[in-house]
Amino acid sequence: MIEVKGLTKAYGNFLAVKDVSFTAEKGQILGFLGPNGAGKTTTMRIITGFMPATSGQVLVEGLDIFTQSLEARRQIGYLPENPPVYPDMRVDNYLRFVAKLKGVSRNRLEEAIANAVSACGLEDVRYRISGQLSKGYRQRVGLAAAIVHDPPVLILDEPTIGLDPRQIIEIRKLIRGLAKQRTVVLSTHILPEVSQVCDKVVIISDGRVVLEERLDEISPEVSLEDVFLKAIAKEQPSGLVAEAELEEVEAGRSGGQPG
Amino acid sequence: MRNTLTIAGRELQSYFVQPVAYVVLTVFLLLAGWFFFALLRRFELILEMYAALRNQPGLQNFNLNQAVIEPLLHNLAVVLVILVPAITMRTFAEEKRAGTYELLLTSPVKIGEIVAGKYIAASLVVILMVALAGIFPIILVFFGDPEIGVMLAGYLGLIFVGLCFVAVGLFTSSLTSNQIIAAISSFGALLLLYVISWPAETGELQLAGLLRYLALPEHFAQMVKGIISTQDIVYFLSLIAVALFLTQRSAESARWR
Repeated sequence: MIEVKGLTKAYGNFLAVKDVSFTAEKGQILGFLGPNGAGKTTTMRIITGFMPATSGQVLVEGLDIFTQSLEARRQIGYLPENPPVYPDMRVDNYLRFVAKLKGVSRNRLEEAIANAVSACGLEDVRYRISGQLSKGYRQRVGLAAAIVHDPPVLILDEPTIGLDPRQIIEIRKLIRGLAKQRTVVLSTHILPEVSQVCDKVVIISDGRVVLEERLDEISPEVSLEDVFLKAIAKEQPSGLVAEAELEEVEAGRSGGQPG
Repeated sequence: MRNTLTIAGRELQSYFVQPVAYVVLTVFLLLAGWFFFALLRRFELILEMYAALRNQPGLQNFNLNQAVIEPLLHNLAVVLVILVPAITMRTFAEEKRAGTYELLLTSPVKIGEIVAGKYIAASLVVILMVALAGIFPIILVFFGDPEIGVMLAGYLGLIFVGLCFVAVGLFTSSLTSNQIIAAISSFGALLLLYVISWPAETGELQLAGLLRYLALPEHFAQMVKGIISTQDIVYFLSLIAVALFLTQRSAESARWR
């Protein structure tokens, strides 16, 4: 369970995130949606304790990420935008390192690594050097590192980026499987991904939450695309901007990644 | 403690995989061997000259410790000024560049543990360097009659110098995500630490005493002569403590930027 309350983050005079609040519940996959530069990554970095918010509060499993930071961080598995993989390490060694850092006890270490390896389909590359792996495999190594300590909360920043269609399907299946016992927040700008994988959608635009809704509450006649465009158009008065954003979304869907 | 060792283990592994450690060790030992060879040749020459001139007091005051080990250790300390930044430049800068810093800072690990782990790993590499350069005094023990205690004190001094340099290098690396900037600025800081007392040598400066106290060679020279005093040990330890404290603050500040 993640509770985000009134989160604001300022970089100097620039407000990247403005009064963002939402809740993600256990067993639920929350799709975190928004155009590029809307503040998705900043919000996720605050939730994971990488940086503090200027104001507001984040509770992870009831623990405040700022005041009870170490305990709260133990509950989180985090896959940043760029998988944090050491290029000179072997996959097996890397997962062992991460598992130890996350506090997996010594007698559970081998089991935890084996589980993460098989969950992410890394058997073939387990003893290869990470720097020599393709982008898709590195992404999966990052995901394996995020789940190696079996955390109750998963924060995934664009987890399917750079994967081929078959891998995307596998990863989505994996995330769905993981979500049964966990809270998952997944950021993306691929709209079909949200409708296929997520239970709830939070749309953020220009640092503000413009929509928080369960997917089954959105009527089936309206496509998610319309919802998205309507939501971000409210924020931006100029129709032109919304159109530019639409192109980005389209580009995101066809596989190319803008920005 | 466990986190510190986990981080130190990974760091150490990457020094030898990358293979920064081998290159630095090779360069250090090659230069050390060359210095040793040159100093021994000079020692031999002066000895012959004294003998030819029948200079008895000169002969009596001339020994391996003063003529070979002392200058060798001073030269090696200068080599460390150049090589230690090459070891420490990647510690924080590389993690920031590769994005792995995000992994460290979102793990249930204290910043102090990260700094300690990195410090231990880099220090072990430097201690290994100095220890391997211990081959030269061992050669002297076999073929001559140097004072062993004095040599040990000198090598201990060199290790302290290396440990101080590592702490300063960690600090400069924690300031930036660019390894070159980290290396150059730590090289500059270390060299300054080396020459900071130069203006004091004119003797007229108000701060002469302070500058002399801050200068690292003043303290190192005492240990090379075989004098281990609390004052010098306190100097080395406080330099390490200050640099590591600054590193911890600066590494922490990455969160606030």
